[in-house]
Amino acid sequence: MGRVLAVIIWIITLLSVLLFVSGKWWFPTPISEHAPALDRQFMITIVVVGLSFTAAQIGLGWMVWKYRDTGKSGDRAIYTHGSNRLEVLWTVITAFVFIALGVMGQSVWASLRLHDAPPGSYSVEVVAQQFQWNFHYAGKDNKFGRTDPKFIDDSALNFVGLDSSDPSGADDAVTTALAIPVNRPVELRLRSKDVIHNFWVPQLRFKQDLVPGMEIKVHFTANKIGKYELACAELCGQLHFKMKSYMLVLPEEEIQALQGLPQEQFQAKMVELLAKYPLPTYQ
Amino acid sequence: MSVEHHEGVHRHPAPTGFIRKYIFSVDHKVIGIQYILLALAAVAVGMVMSLLMRLNLSWPGTSWPILETLFPTGAPGGVMNPEFYLSLVTMHGTIMVFFVLTTAPQGGFGNYFLPIQIGAEDMAFPVLNMMSFWVTLLGFIVILLAIFVEGNQSLGQLFAGLGPSFAGGSGTVGPIGGWTGYAPLSALGKIAGPGQGAGMNLWVISIAIFCVGSLLGALNFITTLLNMRTKGMSLMRMPLTCWAWFTTAVLALLSFPVLLGGGILLLLDRIAGTSFFIPSGLYVSGLLSGSNPNFPLHTGGSPILWQHLFWFFGHPEVYIAILPGMGATSHILATFARKPVFGYRAMVFAIFAIGLLGFFVWGHHMFISGMSPYSAIAFSVLTLSIGVPSAVKTFNWLGTLWGSRIRFTTAMLFALGFVSLFVAGGITGLILGQSSLDLAMHDTYIVTAHFHLVMGVASIFGMFAALYFWFPKMFGRFMNEGLGKIHFWLTFVGVYTIFVPMHIMGIVGMPRRYASFGEYEFLKTLHPLVLLVSVAAIITISAQLIFYFNVFWSIFKGKKASDNPWEATTLEWTTATPPPHDNFAGVLPTVYHGPYEFAVPGAPRDFVMQTDIDTEVPSGNGHNGHKH
Repeated sequence: MGRVLAVIIWIITLLSVLLFVSGKWWFPTPISEHAPALDRQFMITIVVVGLSFTAAQIGLGWMVWKYRDTGKSGDRAIYTHGSNRLEVLWTVITAFVFIALGVMGQSVWASLRLHDAPPGSYSVEVVAQQFQWNFHYAGKDNKFGRTDPKFIDDSALNFVGLDSSDPSGADDAVTTALAIPVNRPVELRLRSKDVIHNFWVPQLRFKQDLVPGMEIKVHFTANKIGKYELACAELCGQLHFKMKSYMLVLPEEEIQALQGLPQEQFQAKMVELLAKYPLPTYQ
Repeated sequence: MSVEHHEGVHRHPAPTGFIRKYIFSVDHKVIGIQYILLALAAVAVGMVMSLLMRLNLSWPGTSWPILETLFPTGAPGGVMNPEFYLSLVTMHGTIMVFFVLTTAPQGGFGNYFLPIQIGAEDMAFPVLNMMSFWVTLLGFIVILLAIFVEGNQSLGQLFAGLGPSFAGGSGTVGPIGGWTGYAPLSALGKIAGPGQGAGMNLWVISIAIFCVGSLLGALNFITTLLNMRTKGMSLMRMPLTCWAWFTTAVLALLSFPVLLGGGILLLLDRIAGTSFFIPSGLYVSGLLSGSNPNFPLHTGGSPILWQHLFWFFGHPEVYIAILPGMGATSHILATFARKPVFGYRAMVFAIFAIGLLGFFVWGHHMFISGMSPYSAIAFSVLTLSIGVPSAVKTFNWLGTLWGSRIRFTTAMLFALGFVSLFVAGGITGLILGQSSLDLAMHDTYIVTAHFHLVMGVASIFGMFAALYFWFPKMFGRFMNEGLGKIHFWLTFVGVYTIFVPMHIMGIVGMPRRYASFGEYEFLKTLHPLVLLVSVAAIITISAQLIFYFNVFWSIFKGKKASDNPWEATTLEWTTATPPPHDNFAGVLPTVYHGPYEFAVPGAPRDFVMQTDIDTEVPSGNGHNGHKH
């Protein structure tokens, strides 16, 4: 029985490790400046995780393989209540490894979250609502038109509540897909009209909740031109799984061409760009 | 009744009528079995729900005619609609976490065995104990009501009297919010979509009721353990099970009130027009807050406040679920390894360290919630440090097995399975606890995989081990070992096949709580894994029928058991099988040894019971078992 269990534990361990190292399923190709550092930290961590998992399972299998009750009288287990030296040893070693990992695991976070977007960033206001993304662009004046919930009117397509009396909103545009420049810091100002949503682009290695009642500013830099799927990653109700949009990472000149276009032309141009760029291929 | 009087023991005569004996019983043993039966019923409901979810995920759009018969509005044409799926997610989580993982380990086995293992005649407050069970059962009835109120149009209309926003009958099997019920989705009422009406009210009420039941239970456990240990039962002679139940009770005592408070505030937001969790300026389903009687004015609330209250409870809850399993595993490993627990003292410290640190890490659920990025760093580093006592426990379990003489009973197999699964599930906490990595990992399937393995399956393995181990003491008969072993092999291989691939799905980026993955190109490559997981889930869940059959068959037909069939050392094995009403037939035992004196050199047998006055036991290394 013990040997069967040992072999099964080892087989499970082997197959689990193989599934991870096969590379058949893994992160999608990264497209942001911080992603390689995040992926590296993930690799370091998964190696520690994999080694600990494998060592513990091999050890467990070894114990049940080797030690079994023979039923012979006088054949007893080793009588010991433990070893303080071993306790200290494994406590210190694991504390060192785990806390070191924990400290290393803050660097990407700190680089993204502990300071504001650098000057010259491209700003977009993101306003989520149940099952739809709205992206509000400032236009040529780089100033967002004033918004207020009392002006929101979905039936009149004023999804973000633009105040028509504010002149700085005259050149603003609102679309349901996101267009950002490549290789330039992007600042997103995240808001939600109703419940909590989450901005999630797997290739960006980036997530942030959009919380009603708050404006959350986050920033990142995308460095690969293309079209990427954007998903909601916080349960927001019935059609949560359909709350999908696209993020276009565009050359600077295409962003410049978009900027300041009147609403209809902006939207038409976005449709064109969405058709122009294909999605990445997945194996 | 004994003439010997032990202070603090609250005696009550053995009941005679059926109702006092088996229904409204104040006997901790009967109450323990009632909790276990409740968990067995709840886990069956939860499992059927997970089965339905898997069917929908791997064969989307397929018509299951039986579903249409049962839920005509939730599965029109036999095809599950997304709100039906999301209500399954919500109810599966809620029922499993509260009514299975919090009831069986603590209320069930803790209730039955804590008083006996410390040599007490009953719990300190037997009537309170009875109340905790009945309050908990009421909570379960209310959560079941939530299913029917949402699923049935006419039942749902009953609540419309409270106002149109309370009507149920959205055709789901309960509310939609996940087991975490994030506000403001959970706070807004019917305006926020299906599954937000009467069923959500009942969900909140059920959880509040459950909190009360758990609080009463926790008070009882703590008082009993501190005041009612028999002569010689010093704290460091207690079985590790008792340490685990005690720590769990302390966690419950400190964390459930916070959830209770949060739940009451959430309910007030829903029914009394308050705004604890609802900010101003919301625009929901085409209506501005305050512009319409169906959507009154809200102002000043904080959605993140709910998350803090919820997770201040929710994280300790993870340990409430698993600590008793750790205790049972330590206990059963030592018994069937025929060897003392390695590092008993370190094990006690580790349980306490896990319990204590468990209160300082709740923010790791909220890295990307919008809370301060600085606090994320503190929570992250604290979270990684909680891996240290967890690793210490694993090392000591392996230390216990080293040089042992293992008897491979079904209980032992499940205890060994616990160790394997605890490592597999717990170790990925190193990934999820890092704030940087959470940017990619948050709310993907790797989270689902992690907590199912560690707090779900490992805890359940602890409970399986406990049931196979203590069943002969509880019912006087063994569970069938042959069926037990088949149950173990299928379940052990099954759960790994279900949950290991889910890690990979998370790395690819598959979000949790999606009714369908068909919308996204980047998820399409995962289809073979989704299918594999579903097939494994169907087999593993079916295998639990063997377990259910074994339990009920063995109660009546199992092989008869003697008083100490496993040759174990602790007090529950010194009394009759099953134990009499006052546990020790009037004579409370006196304890002379630590709890795990196996393989003592020179002893006549390979185990020395705690009450054995005749056998000399050398003072153990790092252990004060002989200081009295």
